[in-house]
Amino acid sequence: MSANDIAIIGAGMTQWGKWGRNFAEYGVAAAREALADAGIPWQDITFVSGGATVRCGYPGYVAGATIAQALGWQGAEVNTSYAACASGSQALAAARTKILAGHCDVALVVGADTTPKGFLAPAKGYRPEDPDWVRFYLGITNPTYFALYARRRMALYGDTQEDFAAVKVKNAAIGSQNPRARYTKTFTADDVANSAMVADPLRLMDICATSDGGAALIVASLDYAKKIGKGDAPRVAAISTVTPTFASGTVEMPDIATDSAAAAGIEAINYRSQIPLKAYEEAGIGPEDIDLAEVYDLSTALELDWIEDLKLCEPGQAAHLLRAGDTAVGGKIPVNASGGLACFGEAVPAQALAQVCELTWQLRGEAGPRQVQGANVGITANQGLFGHGSSVIVKR
Amino acid sequence: MATDSAARSPAIEGWYTLDDINPHLLGSRCDKCGTYCFPAQSGYCRNPHCDSTEFSEVKLSRRGTLWSYTNACYQPPEPFVAPDPFVPFAIAAVHLEREQMVVLGQVVAPLTVDDLEVGMPMELVLDTLHSDPNGDKIIWKWQPEARA
Repeated sequence: MSANDIAIIGAGMTQWGKWGRNFAEYGVAAAREALADAGIPWQDITFVSGGATVRCGYPGYVAGATIAQALGWQGAEVNTSYAACASGSQALAAARTKILAGHCDVALVVGADTTPKGFLAPAKGYRPEDPDWVRFYLGITNPTYFALYARRRMALYGDTQEDFAAVKVKNAAIGSQNPRARYTKTFTADDVANSAMVADPLRLMDICATSDGGAALIVASLDYAKKIGKGDAPRVAAISTVTPTFASGTVEMPDIATDSAAAAGIEAINYRSQIPLKAYEEAGIGPEDIDLAEVYDLSTALELDWIEDLKLCEPGQAAHLLRAGDTAVGGKIPVNASGGLACFGEAVPAQALAQVCELTWQLRGEAGPRQVQGANVGITANQGLFGHGSSVIVKR
Repeated sequence: MATDSAARSPAIEGWYTLDDINPHLLGSRCDKCGTYCFPAQSGYCRNPHCDSTEFSEVKLSRRGTLWSYTNACYQPPEPFVAPDPFVPFAIAAVHLEREQMVVLGQVVAPLTVDDLEVGMPMELVLDTLHSDPNGDKIIWKWQPEARA
């Protein structure tokens, strides 16, 4: 037990879907469920920390204040965090800091978004100073990057398209048991193989969709949790929101080139693998202590990258774990027991919190048919634009 | 469609030489630590150990090795200008040894992913990105290095 832990006393999440309603509606629904789960009134919340909505990768609407107003102004302090895919984790980190500093006993952390209509595309005009504009002008879309990473795995480690399809089959099977998932249909390897090629080697069913959804947590000081009889609630043991260290050797959205590692003393690094290091250090545990992981499977192949980046196995070994069934619920180290982005789709500011919601339910033993037996320590991981990424460790 | 060579112009100004035989991407190199950047950087160096404000324009290596590759099977959204009908194209990520960096680009038609293999030597060429009433817009692309 660390003096730097905070308790997760409530979790709430809407079903993911595509309804086009105002994001605040999803945020309010998730927040109310989390408050009911915690068993405390909204009026007791003294800090509201929201993940900004994301529009084409950039900050969209002011979420914290909008959702606080929608729940009814009650005088709480409020924050909005933008950190691309890590926005939810950064909002959680803001609440943790406030609680550990003694400035707040109990906080609402919330993220919600609605998918904008039409293609994700940059503003029009001739704007070569904007890397996002440049890459779209060249015809380089998000799946391009996922596919480059996937092909690299195939060349380096001998992964196959059948392996990637097996990730989808695994996640769809468990996600079909999740009432909050958007997609609850199960798929076979043939279904994946028969879906349209988008960016070779990735097919339509290898790539996640964008969705509407909301997720919320009620987090509190350990003293507050004990006071309301929730001293044994799962705890946030670590949050990492580190940037890469120069030079990042993996080409990332929206760039068309990597950093250069030509200067003396500079080495090319893999950012994804740096993100969990601080989390492990902060929690005082190692990969061998992890019972389950929720990772950002923007593509099926990326789930395999994450398994290695979290050091749950050696580089190149993730597909072996997959083939052995080790990453399925019932296996040695279940990954994406929620069904992952494959079954949810991305609702960016909600997603990092949704991962923590899943760990919370798993650690409380309330995940029903998705339950990972003996789940005591879980880790999340995600990465997005502009050097933002995060990893959260939850334990009990 | 304009075919007059006088009507050719760069799709992005100042990012590459218009030398048809040996084109180069134009990047920057930090005068102090030697860090390269593409597109060119000025004002500050991204190397955390370097506080330089002086940079020189450099021609980047026009040969490298294929780090990875893919293709675009669906028509990308604007500002991409698609031919009608849309024709899928391959995309390469090429590692430059001297610069220790990876640069993306389209692969020249009619090459497809079947013509590519991770680790193969690649070279930079100029090709048409799209055409408009004012002529052809020229961009850099990658292709497997010409074999002698």
